[in-house]
Amino acid sequence: MENWKENRIVFWVTALPGVFWLTVFFLIPLALIWGMSFGEKTSIVDIEVTGTLANYVRSFESVYVQIIWKSIWISALSCALCLAIAYPIAFGICFSPPKWRPLLLLLIILPFWINLLIRTYALIAVFRTRGTLNFLLEWLWNLAFMDKLIGPYQPLELLYNNGAVIVGMVYVFMPFMVLPLYATIERLDRSYLEASLDLGASQWTTFWKVTVPLTMPGIVSGVILVFIPMLGMFLVPDLLGGTNAIMIGNVITDQFKAANDWPFGAALSFLLMYVTFLALALRAFIGARSRGRVGV
Amino acid sequence: MAKPRNALRGPLDYGKSPLLIGFGIVVFVLLYAPIIQLIAFSFNDSKRNIVWQGFTTKYYRVAWENAALVEAFTNSIAIAIMCTIFATIIGTATALWLWRFRFPFKAAAEGVMALPIVIPEICMGIAVLVMYSRVGGWMRTFESGPIHWWNELFSIWPLNLAAITAAHIAFSFPFVAVVVRARLAGFNRELEEASKDLGASEWQTFVNVVLPYMKPGIIAGALLAFTLSLDDFVITFFTAGPETNTFPVKVYSLVRRGVSPDINAASTVLIVITLVATVIAMRLQQQPDKSKG
Repeated sequence: MENWKENRIVFWVTALPGVFWLTVFFLIPLALIWGMSFGEKTSIVDIEVTGTLANYVRSFESVYVQIIWKSIWISALSCALCLAIAYPIAFGICFSPPKWRPLLLLLIILPFWINLLIRTYALIAVFRTRGTLNFLLEWLWNLAFMDKLIGPYQPLELLYNNGAVIVGMVYVFMPFMVLPLYATIERLDRSYLEASLDLGASQWTTFWKVTVPLTMPGIVSGVILVFIPMLGMFLVPDLLGGTNAIMIGNVITDQFKAANDWPFGAALSFLLMYVTFLALALRAFIGARSRGRVGV
Repeated sequence: MAKPRNALRGPLDYGKSPLLIGFGIVVFVLLYAPIIQLIAFSFNDSKRNIVWQGFTTKYYRVAWENAALVEAFTNSIAIAIMCTIFATIIGTATALWLWRFRFPFKAAAEGVMALPIVIPEICMGIAVLVMYSRVGGWMRTFESGPIHWWNELFSIWPLNLAAITAAHIAFSFPFVAVVVRARLAGFNRELEEASKDLGASEWQTFVNVVLPYMKPGIIAGALLAFTLSLDDFVITFFTAGPETNTFPVKVYSLVRRGVSPDINAASTVLIVITLVATVIAMRLQQQPDKSKG
């Protein structure tokens, strides 16, 4: 790596396009909504930045606190389920024959590249009242002669509740969780596991006392990588949850698309940004600490 | 030798554990079943999409004859292509910049460059919406204004599309930078020094030594930018005006009204395009490194 002063022309030619684009189409817009989050509406179209904290105070009204709390617990629960599914998958791929690994990894990641909207739409077809799942259940019901004993099958209302949103979130984000887990489990020094087993620990103990602590950086990365987009998600709650499962992303969208209260929407979205920064700081902190421990 | 299969399994052969394999198969099936169902029902000769009634391609024709859907699709492809070109150039430059130079506040620059990757999409969507609404009025006076060449420019590439494209470039070029930089990490810098020692200029060294090495990374990055742009819903949803639609935004407005087979048909086309691009990108990234001596 060379000092930037040694070749100023190349330095600026390579630096400027990215810096310019990011400044104009990302940093300035973010600064604008940050400013707006301290502003108030003076008429239908005009917004004045007055330095007021009213928008942030309003986000702590009970109706919004409830929605924020709901967003947090739905995201946390979905994230935990993602981890519970993705960890064994990543573990299994790491311990599969080497020539299979790229293919298995590709198969897991591939759905992630399919449009989020299309994947959510595919889930609607599964869960709606006359959808695949109800159809399957009806078939099983009739197979067990329940229609003769109890009566015709009553389709379950599977859509438009919190459960549907959680299933949707897990379905959409699980592949994303596998990547960071795979990256750390693959680097795991297997002699530690052998040592633990040789010294008489059971597989169960070895997993919880050796494998999990050693792969903690991957777990933290994966959780943060999945938790942040879940918290801001509005497509999945909108399509699978309807009006029964409103999350913070839906409230923000409403402020900009329907309610026309931009300063409040800006304040809510910056609350999301603060959470994001906090999570990233936490990851940096945990990363630094685990590196320090390995060094000792 | 009561259990020969278990006897062959060492304590660390988790890859052979039937429990883990079974779990993996169940997860793979659940992951793909809804998508396969969606594709299958695009060929199903039934409006209600529940029972298989026979093979048909008529819903592809229905989708094709839906002018609004086709226009949205064309918009999406046009935006994705423009976004790919710009994002690849900017992303590659950024990767070279961060890979090659040591400069003050570099860690901060890296952090800011990664920001579009990590922040919730919705924050970026509304941020760009707010900026465009501020700049919009000012730009539109130009669009219909007296300056002739400006007018010409916008008749070729309408302002709405340009606005969406610019936002797409902003969130996709950091991804390109990450991919290209990962590729550059394996580059032997002595090759560059050798080239310069042998009298090649900065530009010649770049074109003949560094660029060929970066090529798989650049192509992978370009395909990534293409799929990211084609897939984006949230940012387009906020930046697109009422008169401009991209494919995902159009599908969203249709999906809210319910499931119908022509959406399945259109979605299938998009899935195929994205998957082909992704598989090519992944293959290129996994290509064994031949130029490393």
